[in-house]
Amino acid sequence: MKNIAIFGGRLIDPLNDTDQVADLYLAGGKIVGVGSAPAGFVQDETIDAKGLLISPGLVDLAARLREPGFEYKATLASEMAAAVAGGVTSIVCPPDTDPPLDEPSLVTMLRQRAKNLDLARLYPVGALSRQLKGLELTEMAELRDAGCVAFSQGDQAVGNLQILFRAMQYAATFDVALRLLPQEADLNAGVAHDGDYATRMGLTGIPVLAETVAISNILLLMKETGARVHLCRLSSMAGLDLVRAAKKQGLPVTCDVSINHIHLADVDIGFFDSNFRFDPPLRSCRDRDAIVAALADGTIDAICSDHSPVDDDGKLLPFAEAESGATGLELLLPLTLAWAERQHVPLPQALAKITAVPAKMLGFAAGLEIGNRADLVIFDLQAHWQVTPATLKSQGKNTPFVGMEMKGQVVHTLVKGKRVYQLAN
Amino acid sequence: MLTRMLMYNPQLNAQGELIHLLTTEGLPKRILTQILDQAAQYVDNGELLNNKWQDLAGTSVFNLFFENSTRTRTTFELAAKRLSGDVSSLNIQASSTAKGETLLDTIHNLEAMGANLFVVRHSESGAAHLIARHVKKGIAVVNAGDGRHAHPTQALLDMFTIRHFKGDFTKLRVAIVGDVLHSRVARSQIHALSTLGCPEIRVIAPKTLLPTGIEQLGVHVYHDMAEGLKDVDVIAMLRLQNERMAGAFLPSTQEFFKYYGLTPEKLVLAKSDAIVMHPGPMNRGVEIDSAVADGPQAVILPQVTFGIAIRMAVLAIVARNQKANK
Repeated sequence: MKNIAIFGGRLIDPLNDTDQVADLYLAGGKIVGVGSAPAGFVQDETIDAKGLLISPGLVDLAARLREPGFEYKATLASEMAAAVAGGVTSIVCPPDTDPPLDEPSLVTMLRQRAKNLDLARLYPVGALSRQLKGLELTEMAELRDAGCVAFSQGDQAVGNLQILFRAMQYAATFDVALRLLPQEADLNAGVAHDGDYATRMGLTGIPVLAETVAISNILLLMKETGARVHLCRLSSMAGLDLVRAAKKQGLPVTCDVSINHIHLADVDIGFFDSNFRFDPPLRSCRDRDAIVAALADGTIDAICSDHSPVDDDGKLLPFAEAESGATGLELLLPLTLAWAERQHVPLPQALAKITAVPAKMLGFAAGLEIGNRADLVIFDLQAHWQVTPATLKSQGKNTPFVGMEMKGQVVHTLVKGKRVYQLAN
Repeated sequence: MLTRMLMYNPQLNAQGELIHLLTTEGLPKRILTQILDQAAQYVDNGELLNNKWQDLAGTSVFNLFFENSTRTRTTFELAAKRLSGDVSSLNIQASSTAKGETLLDTIHNLEAMGANLFVVRHSESGAAHLIARHVKKGIAVVNAGDGRHAHPTQALLDMFTIRHFKGDFTKLRVAIVGDVLHSRVARSQIHALSTLGCPEIRVIAPKTLLPTGIEQLGVHVYHDMAEGLKDVDVIAMLRLQNERMAGAFLPSTQEFFKYYGLTPEKLVLAKSDAIVMHPGPMNRGVEIDSAVADGPQAVILPQVTFGIAIRMAVLAIVARNQKANK
């Protein structure tokens, strides 16, 4: 393993809320010096980071890699390459593969394949129920031992409150967290936010109630069972109000939002552009503004890419028939930076939402301190680039941001002290 | 800095001329009036159903009905034939898409067969927009009804009917009654009426049959027929699909008819010279009483005839503009 010295970069440490220009020294996969090299340090490699920013590598709480089962949409290799090109060094992947991650052997296999690729780190989320059918619990303890960091139903609702209740009781027994997309299945039979835009376009609406009813149920069950729950991809002002109130009461609930919902609203769908189809749907401008406010006041803990590579066959369909989701691993950083710039959020605070906070949920510290893991992203804050199918490494080329100009470009990504990505000249 | 892409109206070319008809929303008044005026010429020439015009000579028109329809498909066929177009109607449900071919594959195959104009009906909102976005330059798309979104030629024939019987839109009160939630006709009517200057559009339905935020389209909402029909000039009844009657939306056809069906007793609440329209097919005794449907104020059969003229006008205009656009 090489010793690397990184000279002249601006270090942004979201964990310690610091922002300074200093050299950084890496050895043995860890940070061994900040400002000055440790005694006896001999560098094998140097990186000139003058004019560039250095942050802990990004931790993405929701990125579908599509393997196993959906290799025609994306592969572990293609998406791991996309991750490091986007500065993402740790990926949490939901269990909705085919077969779903409901068996320890599948989890072991997936982790081994990721390890062989030697790019980003992989944190699988296990299926909460067998086959994600919402009928029987999986062997959560076994799955945890195989490496699952939490349990989830993927994008499906747990159709039965009794099962959810038992799942929370069982998860609490082993102190494993659940990651739930709060959408009440019976109210979720639509394709767009139930508001005047869906009415205008004749799209079947999903009411905000689908989210708030589900959150209310989950919060009540949390109080009863003591389970730890992370709510995924909140979309509405009313839903955030419920979480804000629960946090005030001291309930150990955390939540995230996707980069898409920070920047977009239902009106952006335009003339039925299926690139704007998401689950949960893009909601009203007021909801989007409430998301931005909740990021500022800390109600929303983290931002995720909600990376979901979809092929053209899944998108070139009438809006209601098109598949939900968009590619996002390579947009997590620039879209977070765009939010921070627009809202005048200091960089350490903004980057905390995609580094230190999600890392803490996974049980490690993402800071630029001696002894911490040397997972880093080095980026040019001022560089502009355009999102096109050619500029995206992901096999998924569909995103609502295609054609748009982004500010902030990853130049180097390091995982375990090894350079795994370098921007081509 | 995120830079937004420009939105454009996909129905219009750079000169602002109609090259597809996808929805009445966002169409300028001059284009709505142009269509109504051209349809009027076909009607005024008399013998609408016997004369032959040359507007579509050499034009291949494909009627693609991914969803069942008799009336609309037939009137589009007749309209294209009156204009000397070469018409093919495809029963899509029994053809390639049933074997797994995608919508756009079907379209591209028909393009390869020399199609110049597609008339499309589809069960999903936005299907016509999708096709218009992906057809080759010079090929026109006319929406014959997509999901709950739009049925622009139905709305235009309704506008033609209103103008024929009532004249000026700017003095009218119009009530749209029934299943607004699922109705592409209602949405297209509302947009067209607004653009043509109708000062008061009412929708009358129970809350289960009204979509969220319908007021944002500029309509007044009523749940009571007696209040909603008071002093209106035009009553546009909507078709209620019987399969939607039971269960979650409505408890029974009987109750719906009692509270929202148009009967002679309710009709007298409107102005004495009010006209009654219906897009068909009618459910007698569910949304409309036979005494009203067959009564002197009903203009339901003229609507059907005017529908041919409107569809002729639309086909002729988009085909002409696409030719010039090539």
